[in-house]
Amino acid sequence: MIVEIGHFALVLALAVAIAQTVAPMLGAYRRDAALMAIAGPAALLQLALVSLAFAALTWAFLVSDFSLKLAYDNSHSAKPLIYKISGVWGNHEGSMVLWVLILALFGAMVALFGRNLPDTLRARVLSVQASIAVAFLLFIVLTSNPFIRLDPAPFEGTGLNPLLQDRALAFHPPWLYAGYVGYSMTFSFAVAALIEGRVDASWARWVRPWALAAWLSLTIGIAMGSWWAYYTLGWGGFWFWDPVENASLMPWIVGTALLHSAIVAEKRGALKSWTLLLAIIAFSLSLLGTFLVRSGVLTSVHAFAVDPERGIFILGILIFFVGGSLALYAWRAPLLKTGGIFAPVSREGALLVNNLLLAAATAAVFFGTLYPLLLDAVNGPKITVGPTFFNLTFVPIFVVLLLLVPFGPFLGWKRADIQGAAERLMVAAGLAFVAMLLAYAFMWDGPWLAPLGIALAVWLVAGAASEIAWRIKLFSVPLTESMARARRSPRAAWGMALAHGGLGIAVAGIVGVTAWRAETIVALAPGESTQLAGYTLTLEAVGMRDGPNFEATTGVVRIDRGDRFVARLMPEKRRFPAERQEKTEAGIHTNWLSDIYVVLGDVAGEGKWVVRAYRNALAPWIWIGGMIMAIGGAISLTDRRLRVGAPVNAKTHAGARPVAAE
Amino acid sequence: MRAALAAILLLLALVAPGFAALDPSEMLDDPAAEARARAISKELRCLVCQNQSIDDSDAELARDLRAVVRDRIRAGDTDAEVFAFVVARYGDFVLMTPPFTPATWLLWLAPGLVLVVGGGVALLILRRARTGDGNQRLTADEEARLAALTNAETADKSE
Repeated sequence: MIVEIGHFALVLALAVAIAQTVAPMLGAYRRDAALMAIAGPAALLQLALVSLAFAALTWAFLVSDFSLKLAYDNSHSAKPLIYKISGVWGNHEGSMVLWVLILALFGAMVALFGRNLPDTLRARVLSVQASIAVAFLLFIVLTSNPFIRLDPAPFEGTGLNPLLQDRALAFHPPWLYAGYVGYSMTFSFAVAALIEGRVDASWARWVRPWALAAWLSLTIGIAMGSWWAYYTLGWGGFWFWDPVENASLMPWIVGTALLHSAIVAEKRGALKSWTLLLAIIAFSLSLLGTFLVRSGVLTSVHAFAVDPERGIFILGILIFFVGGSLALYAWRAPLLKTGGIFAPVSREGALLVNNLLLAAATAAVFFGTLYPLLLDAVNGPKITVGPTFFNLTFVPIFVVLLLLVPFGPFLGWKRADIQGAAERLMVAAGLAFVAMLLAYAFMWDGPWLAPLGIALAVWLVAGAASEIAWRIKLFSVPLTESMARARRSPRAAWGMALAHGGLGIAVAGIVGVTAWRAETIVALAPGESTQLAGYTLTLEAVGMRDGPNFEATTGVVRIDRGDRFVARLMPEKRRFPAERQEKTEAGIHTNWLSDIYVVLGDVAGEGKWVVRAYRNALAPWIWIGGMIMAIGGAISLTDRRLRVGAPVNAKTHAGARPVAAE
Repeated sequence: MRAALAAILLLLALVAPGFAALDPSEMLDDPAAEARARAISKELRCLVCQNQSIDDSDAELARDLRAVVRDRIRAGDTDAEVFAFVVARYGDFVLMTPPFTPATWLLWLAPGLVLVVGGGVALLILRRARTGDGNQRLTADEEARLAALTNAETADKSE
């Protein structure tokens, strides 16, 4: 019964979304306040209905109601509670319901907190947002119904893919989706502004927090996914340039560009049209990511053709929104008033270069991901695009970008003094140089490029610190005044410094893992030892143990450095009888500078086991850096200016506009 | 069901699980030759896997190909000869990095192309921003009025 209520609520939400698409748009066109007023309550009702549908699904998973086909396919009564919950979105149908739930949540937030937006803009934003909901609710109801019952109801479920039974992965999709769907907000604002025919400071002020929120969610989602891949896939890699990873990376890069250009649009009224385009592209790439992973087109273009119903539907959604918004952009953008005078060497100019490099980096990922599919689709030769391609295209572009990052915050608006900026960065440059020399001195056996990478990382961190030091006039005024200045500095400034510095820390981690990894693969009998980068690894024993819904073969590996005991690791191979699958669980010891990473492999005959071990230098820094970036985003999001939203005069403007309609 | 699982994995931004699969028994005795074999293996695709090199995959076919690579190295092949040997049997698809052929020109040149075209657009934006051009230019009507006003002013002064 509860399941049927959920199904009913979902269909009702579709009806509400249709009304929310049509009425406010018509109202804004006719300047009909009553029609426009439908948008707000409709958005809240839509959230309530989709929440009900999602709650019904979750309930079925929690009580292990296997008469629900989705629960039967993706759950098991013996599964730990947390994975019963994450099982709701660990599948196609449920994940689409989660997608729509986040969409409805964001729409409702605009309805609740957007009272200071001009009425017509708010109505149009909510209408565009609802049209996305219509498309995806139709997709769920017509092709991916999560509420299908089984009769007779099976006694037990078939379980969730063991790879998904993991704490980091359980919450990876919600963050990723919050990012994807967050860009639907900036998209809705962009389309509404194009229809409206005006982009002003209040518009840009509204877009910035959404761009920031989406970016920070996506950063967390991607970092979690990469961390999971690191400790689960068993060979200590953190990024594989796999198409599904690239699908989430592309909106992140364009979203980063959007974040930066929105600042120019807000503060200087320049690059407006470009900001609109980025908002459209960021969401288009989010939709593309959804299409790539949902349609099965990645496995093979031909697998897509075998079961095309869902793929074609999403392709339709993609073409409608991307094509429609780009056409609207081509038609309306030239009519927008452009503004802002600035010299080539200025904060504006620097952010333009930032955008250019990010766009080129996105192109490298885009072509590397889609080109094999395109060739295949036109019956061209089959090719593989692996990591080397991205190392040769994406990485050089990104390195240039990273080199320029510390300059940006030192450049003034309108016209900047590049020499002054360079002087203020002398300390950072000196530190980077020293770090490079140290890296050459102590890591002489690694690749010759690696110390340059470390220099780049130090340059980023020291550059970010220099900006703060300069802002609070550290050492040039008394310390108490510096403290006072630090307290007065806007949170957005701290957020930016943290994000740029976190980027540097992540770069150090990436360089360390790539360049200074030690590896050993040996067959050991219990009691035998092997050496790895100055550590002694001893396989003490191999035994069996039972988990809640799996049985594991556990190796006990003792790690010593000389005479000193370091740690005892327990890498496992887990078998999940309900799902009839296996997964490895690496044993990892970290001292925050490097990881010792041990995997238990197969039996190697005569009581021996294959043991793989890695020393991953600076590995933890990749995710520490990622988290610092996300924290920087969060701090920036709490900046007073963003919470206030639109400037006060926008309010009087909003009230006056319907009356003074042309 | 398999297709569904694959779809889930894809959705969640995962790669197919491959538990790093090289076995000590497969390795060559000479460390230098083994290092070459590893480097080559990282650039050869496991054909039945999704975007995995044969060095990373535990599939049967990957194991066979790893053995082939080591056999060729034992036989005294150079790296290029090993690649040529494998490509002759499996085609360019087996290479993790696509060769620069007419079919892949666009792929390799696209990022640079975006940089050049985007750079052109950026220059255009910079030029317009320097003069405050664009929509802020006066309309013909306004130009005429301005001209009339300044003319009147100069006429006043000349009197």
